[in-house]
Amino acid sequence: MTHTFFSLELAYWQQTLIKLLAGVAFILALTGAVVYLYLFKFVSFMQSRLGPMEAGPYGSLQLLAEVGKWLQKEDIHTENSDRLIFGLAPAVVMGSTFLMFVVIPAGPNAVIADLPSGIYYVLAMSSISVIGILMAGWASANKYALLGGLRAAGQLIAYELPLVLAGLGVVIQAGSLNLQSIVASQSSGEIFGIPAIGNPFIITQIVGFVVFMIAVQAELTQTPFDMPIAESELVAGYQVEYTGIRFLVYFIAEFATAVGFAAVASTLFLGGWALPESWGISDDAMHVIGPIVIAIKAVLLVGVVFWVRFSFPRFREDQLQRLAWKFLIPITLINLVVTAVLKVVL
Amino acid sequence: MTAITDRQKLQYIAAKAADARVNVELETEGMILNIGPQHPATHGTLRIVAKLDGEQVILAEPMAGYMHRGYEKLTEVRTYAQITTLVNRIDWLGSFANEVPFILAAEQLMGVEAPPRATWIRTLLFEMSRLANIILFLGDMGVQLGAITPVFFAFRDREYVLDQIEAVTGGRFHPNFDRIGGLKDDLPKGWLADTKGVMDKVRTFCDQIEDLLLGSEVFQQRTRGIGVIPADVATQYGLSGANARASGIDWDLRRDNCIGLSYPQLDWKVWTHPDGDSFARFWVRLQEVREATKMVDQLCDGVPSGPIMAKVPRIIKVPAGEAYISTENPLGEMGYYIVSKGDLTPFRVKIRSASFNNVSITPWLLRGVYVPDIITILASLYFILGDIDR
Amino acid sequence: MTDETTTDAPAPEETVERDERREALLARFTDALGDGVVESEIQPGLDLWIRVSTDAWLTAAEVARHRLGARYFGFLSVLDWLPSPFGRSMDSEVDRRLATAAGEPPATPNATIEHGVAGGETRLQAFARVARVGEPGDYWGVTLKADIPDDTASIESWVSVYAGADWHEREAWEMFGVTFVGHPGLRHMYLPGEFEGHPMRKDFPLLARQVKPWPGIVDVEPMPVDDEPAADGAGDEAAGASEAEATS
Repeated sequence: MTHTFFSLELAYWQQTLIKLLAGVAFILALTGAVVYLYLFKFVSFMQSRLGPMEAGPYGSLQLLAEVGKWLQKEDIHTENSDRLIFGLAPAVVMGSTFLMFVVIPAGPNAVIADLPSGIYYVLAMSSISVIGILMAGWASANKYALLGGLRAAGQLIAYELPLVLAGLGVVIQAGSLNLQSIVASQSSGEIFGIPAIGNPFIITQIVGFVVFMIAVQAELTQTPFDMPIAESELVAGYQVEYTGIRFLVYFIAEFATAVGFAAVASTLFLGGWALPESWGISDDAMHVIGPIVIAIKAVLLVGVVFWVRFSFPRFREDQLQRLAWKFLIPITLINLVVTAVLKVVL
Repeated sequence: MTAITDRQKLQYIAAKAADARVNVELETEGMILNIGPQHPATHGTLRIVAKLDGEQVILAEPMAGYMHRGYEKLTEVRTYAQITTLVNRIDWLGSFANEVPFILAAEQLMGVEAPPRATWIRTLLFEMSRLANIILFLGDMGVQLGAITPVFFAFRDREYVLDQIEAVTGGRFHPNFDRIGGLKDDLPKGWLADTKGVMDKVRTFCDQIEDLLLGSEVFQQRTRGIGVIPADVATQYGLSGANARASGIDWDLRRDNCIGLSYPQLDWKVWTHPDGDSFARFWVRLQEVREATKMVDQLCDGVPSGPIMAKVPRIIKVPAGEAYISTENPLGEMGYYIVSKGDLTPFRVKIRSASFNNVSITPWLLRGVYVPDIITILASLYFILGDIDR
Repeated sequence: MTDETTTDAPAPEETVERDERREALLARFTDALGDGVVESEIQPGLDLWIRVSTDAWLTAAEVARHRLGARYFGFLSVLDWLPSPFGRSMDSEVDRRLATAAGEPPATPNATIEHGVAGGETRLQAFARVARVGEPGDYWGVTLKADIPDDTASIESWVSVYAGADWHEREAWEMFGVTFVGHPGLRHMYLPGEFEGHPMRKDFPLLARQVKPWPGIVDVEPMPVDDEPAADGAGDEAAGASEAEATS
């Protein structure tokens, strides 16, 4: 199947290659921007300090400096660790992150694989990281790592459900699992007959949105849900024995996953790469504007995640579980029922 | 209806036995977790050996001594002026406060009374060292619980207080300013006005902490009902300071046994809390910081004039006798029992440090709590390693 | 010594202070312990010391905590009354050699044990501080002392009465070598496991003092009796010079 790309006829494998490279570049660029913006500058602003200022103008090249630092470190592993699993764990986590981006659309055609089971695929891929974390916790041969890995497993599995159920509300309202059609139904819809801003599902699915963001916070193991890497107790939990390139992989995976979840959330709730159809922007222009739009929306949502991260203390493991099972899941179930009923009635 | 053959029965029994064997092999007695001596949560090199059953503590034992410097042996071969320098380093966050009970005890043995101006300024610096110490606690408790932002505010505002202490004494952390008979120097010009400005900043900081941390639902869930110490157990173990007041014991040495400091002339209040949990300890300390800023304001207003030092000989020889003076230091009750034989150096000094008793309650307190709660409880008890180990 | 009571000896203008609160407290102790109270001293307005007999050490704790309401445990430690055999605790071998070279006789270490407040009969004494807290107007504290027999170097443990005595007794055991009978587990508090000796005992040398001279050898002057115009700055060149010498 060929597409025309700037009037060039390309074979399938060529298209896929371009899409993959563009996708990876896009993800890494966004991740880098997010790290600089939030981890270096925003947190410093909140804590009344300046943050990195030396590397590049206003510290903008700090991330490159950090990457360079991690790359040149010695690759060590603990004595009793299971070498194979220890080495594979970061790859599993990284793999789950990048696989998640495969279906996220950044424009009318800018999607690596437009699977009909879009949102289902995304959530399934994001769950694979649990296995990676457990592998890391066990193979490190370190009690702190083990505790961290076990806590992470419990937490991530518990918060998968609110994530899925909140997303399900959107699916019911949009009538499709496919992410492109979810975007299309938001941009071409209307609220109370007013097409001015389309139909972003954040308005009708506000409950789902809030629960989704809370579950995202927990899936990313960010405070207030960062028991697995509780720095003042477990000293980095399941990551404690990792250094060098492997730690860099975890670092990148953490922020890339944040961007990924934010992109998914903006696709589900904020309209993704699309602007409302009533604004009359042509499809060709959206090829260029689309990625910019979704980048902005994703970066904003990541900002919310990090804002919460730097403000709150952390929950204890059992309090965290209680929040998921006793509050979030019942709320999302009710939301689901209401959505389904209204979808049929209206 | 099927008949279970004998072979099937035997297979069933064998499978059950195999299961049981595996369970026995996997049966763990509990994991021993070593928290420290190098750990972000302990204020220094404290090692806690915890035996865990899953995430619950079966028993926990703190092991101190990594910082033992042999102070009590050293004091037998140091003059009083040299000991004043040494003693700064026991509780290094509120260091002026360590000197005060020692100097007061030596003054009691010598029969010397510091002039009113010296007593007043001593009280002023004492309260400021309390501020420096407990502001750090307020931020640090957040960090132990995972809130990384308040600690930056704490350090920023603590710098203002330390700047003021440095302006008077020349040292941010180790002022070494108290002398038998008075103080080393007088206040610099303009210091009183600056200090009042700093107190406003500290009060703003307290309000920020209250909004950011105290009111946070997560903080309340992490600290309410955690590490409850009943009043009787608290006194048995010798818990003092804010730890005792948070268990409902209405006791403050500044009010009850004030020797040589100007507290009776100030208008202030003792804060207690009936609960005895970690939240109470945090809350009491927050109110104490606010109260201390009010006291410093009053102290800045009414400084009496006069000499800063009584007439004492250049070389101090303290007459024979024994004296015990304890004061309400930032960490609790700190006392010095000085035994003198009329020499240039004391015969024996017993240093009663607050954190030693405060931490001795942890084996009793940490039974049955979760691992994250160990950190919360230790953070709320607030000890300094130099104070435990001397 | 015995209680200080009003005497008829001093000059008419001078009245000896009476500390009625502490005297009442002492009376309650004596009532409860009877023969257990061996000696006591009240410094009016300052403090109260009570020395009890070795057998009555634990009973004194019980009386203090349960009958008199001193629920608060301050500290517990040991006093070693032996003067340091290493000179005035300030000299080192070097100083003694210097002194003999200069023609002065070396300072002989004084080996007689002199006890402090409330007397004593043995070299080691246990002392502890308890207080009554929680009632704002009624705070009092008392220092209890007891002799530790020289032959056994052991005394009863206070852990059954004040749980906080646990750590204090461990420290006293490792520093002084005093065994506390009834303590759940005497083991090292500060020192590493294989440490030999009891550091706080006076006959355990502070090694730094053996190798370096004491930096504070200065002259002593008496306390000034009345206001002298320039008592602080002027005229103590001798002391000033020796200070400078010592600090260089």
